Amino acid sequence: MVLGGAVGEAAMRWGVIVFPGSCDEQDVFDALKREMGQKVKLLWHKDQLAGRYDCLVLPGGFSYGDYLRCGAMARFSPIMRDVVQFAQSGGYVLGICNGFQILCEAGLLPGALVRNSGLQFVCQQVSLRVEETDTPFTATVKKGQLLKIPIKHGEGCYYADSVTLEHLRQKRQVLLRYVDAKGKASFAGNPNGSVDNIAGVCNETRNVVGLMPHPEDACSRLLGSEDGLKIFSSIADACAQRGKTP
Amino acid sequence: MRVRIFVSLKPGVLDPQGKAIERSLHALGYEEVKEVRAGKYFELHIEAASHETAAVRIRAMCDKLLANPVIEDYRFELE
Repeated sequence: MVLGGAVGEAAMRWGVIVFPGSCDEQDVFDALKREMGQKVKLLWHKDQLAGRYDCLVLPGGFSYGDYLRCGAMARFSPIMRDVVQFAQSGGYVLGICNGFQILCEAGLLPGALVRNSGLQFVCQQVSLRVEETDTPFTATVKKGQLLKIPIKHGEGCYYADSVTLEHLRQKRQVLLRYVDAKGKASFAGNPNGSVDNIAGVCNETRNVVGLMPHPEDACSRLLGSEDGLKIFSSIADACAQRGKTP
Repeated sequence: MRVRIFVSLKPGVLDPQGKAIERSLHALGYEEVKEVRAGKYFELHIEAASHETAAVRIRAMCDKLLANPVIEDYRFELE
């Protein structure tokens, strides 16, 4: 497994992991291939990671039926050994919804996702405020910018204890927050009870990101928003920068 | 050997399911219920030479899979 971006003009390669029960891998694939003309491959959870990848995406869905806890069993899928190694070598990993849950269970991201505080499955467009832009996932947007991206989950309430939260604040690992129409991280703007309205976080080395909203469902005007493209193109941009010789 | 494992939410974690169950109990007339916290129960049948060796393995199973240490505590009983 080779970390991508080393060869000058080589096109960026995306890998989208498919677990039994994943259901949003096709949306991610379509968004990247059709809307952005990217090289994408679906990767079955039992396979080993072979070849060069620049970004791995863990998509949304209900891996292993959400049995026991969301993502609890997927984190032990065979391919995850390679995903963890890829992440530890600095590769970009993007976890969306169930993917975020899997990354938290795997310990690649801090905190955990629990049942929505209102107990209901929420399926709606939300406003996200970009909090940090010095990551490959948010470098091409502005701090404070609002993104309209849909959520669809029953267990999207982000939780971390006070020690972890303080650590996240100090290291600026909170990348996205749920906000209301006025752009404030208020109670009204929080769709699931997430602590501190946290919608997305990154790890300390800023190469692994998890978010509950679905950027792949906000990649065309027909679907109501193209803001999801901003996250994907930010990653593509970061990979292109990586490929340049200093 | 039978193992009973009890997994519960850590005190600081919000438990909306527990709250909903609490409300249902109140609606049924059980006003004396002050709080409900919902957890999980697992029953395992394992082969083990002794309680000591079993306990070590069970603890590892809980730490790795059965409980998420970020949000859950656990305890178990061996028979």
